[in-house]
Amino acid sequence: MTETHEFEIIIVGGGGAGLMAAMYASRGAKTAVISKLYPMRSHTGAAQGGIGAALGNLEEDHPEWHTYDTVKGSDFLGDQDAIEFMCQEAVQSVYDLEHMGFPFSRTPEGRIAQRPFGGHTNNVTGKSIRRSCYAADRTGHMILQTLYQQCIRNQITFFDEFQVIDLLIVNGAVAGVVAVELATGERHIFHAKAVVFATGGHGRIWDITSNAYAYTGDGVAITARRGIPAEDMEMFQFHPTGIIKLGFLITEAVRGEGGILINGKGERFMERYAPHAKDLASRDVVSRAMYLEIQEGRGIKGQPYLLLDVRPETVNYYAEKDGRTRPDGSPYKVTAEEIRSKIPDITDFCETYLGIDPAKQPIPVQPTAHYAMGGIPTDMFGRVVIDEKNTILPGLYAAGECACVSVHGANRLGTNSLVDLIVFGKHAGLKAVEYVKGADFSPLPKDAMDYTSQQLEALRSGDGTQHVADISKAMKTGMSTYVGLFRNAQGLQITIDKIQELRQDFKHVRVKDQGKVFNTELLNAWELGNLLDLALITAVSAQARTESRGAHAREDFPSRDDAHWLKHTLAWLKGDEVSLGYKPVVITKYQPKERVY
Amino acid sequence: MQISVKIFRLDLEKSNKPHYDQFELDVEPTERILDLLEQIKGYHDPTLTFRRSCAHGVCGSDAMRINGHNALACKVLVQSLKTTRITIEPLLGLRVIKDLIVEMEPFFESYRSILPYLVNDEPLPADGKERLQSPAERERFDDTTKCILCAACTTSCPTFWADGKYVGPAAIVNAHRFIFDSRDRAAAQRLKILNQHTGVWACRTAFNCTEACPRDIKITQAIAEVKNAIITGKLE
Repeated sequence: MTETHEFEIIIVGGGGAGLMAAMYASRGAKTAVISKLYPMRSHTGAAQGGIGAALGNLEEDHPEWHTYDTVKGSDFLGDQDAIEFMCQEAVQSVYDLEHMGFPFSRTPEGRIAQRPFGGHTNNVTGKSIRRSCYAADRTGHMILQTLYQQCIRNQITFFDEFQVIDLLIVNGAVAGVVAVELATGERHIFHAKAVVFATGGHGRIWDITSNAYAYTGDGVAITARRGIPAEDMEMFQFHPTGIIKLGFLITEAVRGEGGILINGKGERFMERYAPHAKDLASRDVVSRAMYLEIQEGRGIKGQPYLLLDVRPETVNYYAEKDGRTRPDGSPYKVTAEEIRSKIPDITDFCETYLGIDPAKQPIPVQPTAHYAMGGIPTDMFGRVVIDEKNTILPGLYAAGECACVSVHGANRLGTNSLVDLIVFGKHAGLKAVEYVKGADFSPLPKDAMDYTSQQLEALRSGDGTQHVADISKAMKTGMSTYVGLFRNAQGLQITIDKIQELRQDFKHVRVKDQGKVFNTELLNAWELGNLLDLALITAVSAQARTESRGAHAREDFPSRDDAHWLKHTLAWLKGDEVSLGYKPVVITKYQPKERVY
Repeated sequence: MQISVKIFRLDLEKSNKPHYDQFELDVEPTERILDLLEQIKGYHDPTLTFRRSCAHGVCGSDAMRINGHNALACKVLVQSLKTTRITIEPLLGLRVIKDLIVEMEPFFESYRSILPYLVNDEPLPADGKERLQSPAERERFDDTTKCILCAACTTSCPTFWADGKYVGPAAIVNAHRFIFDSRDRAAAQRLKILNQHTGVWACRTAFNCTEACPRDIKITQAIAEVKNAIITGKLE
């Protein structure tokens, strides 16, 4: 049986962006949040180090500096109007979070504490600046908790553990979504005037990733199948410090607090790659340097990993060498106790998974697939735009990691993911309310359920000659080998061919669990289909971009090529093919120049 | 290493009777229990059903009983169990829906009952900036901000097993997080809620919750502090 619900605004996803959108949307319209996880399980909760905002609580700072750092961090692929808007809004957004009850760590004066993070600088001196507002090393956890708590206070309607499968569009406008209730297997139609996608990223395409199992790119895949392009999908961030093999994150705040990356010869190798910012250079720069160190045989004991050393003796040695000081001007010196208190969760991870105390032993790390700069194209108010001319699709919104505004361009700065979801989640919610005030419900299509049924039935009725686990493994291996930190034409072609083959194999999958209740086998198989689609779009977009910019490093085209490639990729999935288009980057104040850290 | 994993199974669409399935696996000692479950689901029995997401102990999805103790499957390594025989079962005290998945709503209902959000309707600072809070005031409730609502504590509590109306340790932890936040103004309301027979007095100080917490929150102490606040009427 199919149940039909009616809400003016449906938000898909219960992470930071979705909850923020829900808070603002629910003030002006009948709103519900649909989430495949309980909202407090969302991946926002894994963010550690902080949220960037030029509060200037510890030293001079300006939203303009944050703006320029973000533009530069994006390797000039970010849209400067949107970046300026985000960095201006960041300041009030952080105060708003505090007023909602967010338990920020505090300065001695009782203000919000701030710490240095990669790529965030004093634009006059070029030195690292304390801009990241934090709650120990669990900032994302506290954002998720705070927003969820406020949603409870505001009695927001949630459909928890509902998987959205399809987006309904009628006569060029949004009509709702179709979802499966996991606990019963029943299908539900959500008739809506506006839909906000806030479904997060898709790092599960790769083998080593910091991303949750749930990070399967559902929103981007659903919209792609309904003819909406995906923007800049070749731009995927590899974070420098994933915990060895497991891939989950050791926050950049460890380096913010003075941690140093060390190679197999005991060298602080970042001095050679980024003479000024060193270990706090932008993530793409640090990850590539790590890769090269490993390639050139300077991994630890020749193995493909390096060490992140945050022992007090190491921190203090290099802090003195760098002339680092406290806000009061005294030399920067730390104790083991202070290290543990600044990064308690990291200390716990190291003890649990590696059996080491980071204040006594260095942490083995390797780059890990972390963040999608690309996604569903939107303008700076979360409205989804569907072509080269930025034509708006009425009623459709996206925010957070699944969206591409684009504020991160070719490389996101640390802390800006949380800024992104707070700022654009809020504005997507506000714009959706504005829209539904003047819009009627589009009639539901008669065949509303068909595409959902077709997708799910296919997974139950394949011939069973292929298996989800094998396809998933082959996809991850291919993407990690050829569409990782470095790419080249040959490897990209091999991968595209492989992914196409796997997409054919996928048609032979047959889910063994024929039940309805919590059929996670069916859900996981459907999620793999999303990942395969996004892997294909990623590889095709990467093959076309014959330059190196930010996270996209081509061995065969090692330079940035502004003459030809200062533009955003738009990729349309058409059956088994991907077609590409491009749109210009918005440049307001900052002309592209060479990017040095 | 070779291990033997015994898992609780229940598929109500097929039978009302639970049973155990056994799997013989070849694993690394450093693998997580979650890795074993994934290996079984991927290569042995795709119908095995459990919740999981972040896989490193911050999302709270995969709390279950592992060799009799509540824990997150992603935070327990095979080697830490010091045995090659592993039994995995769903949390106690909540209805099993399928295999290792339990009905969470009663748990969340208790959580919502203690006003788990900051209440302060006083005017904001005139400059629009943050409310001030000293590092000591912030530290006062730091421990209880760590809760990820995984339910490992509440479902390890003998009182909760006996009486599902008891709000349970997780709800009290989240009440504590706001009661002792210097910015909050609803402590009295929360203390009133927790001063009922379904509140803190149902706690028998068994310490099970503290032992079960994957975030190492000193839960029994937090409960004691709330009890003390009710008795003395003071927030110290």
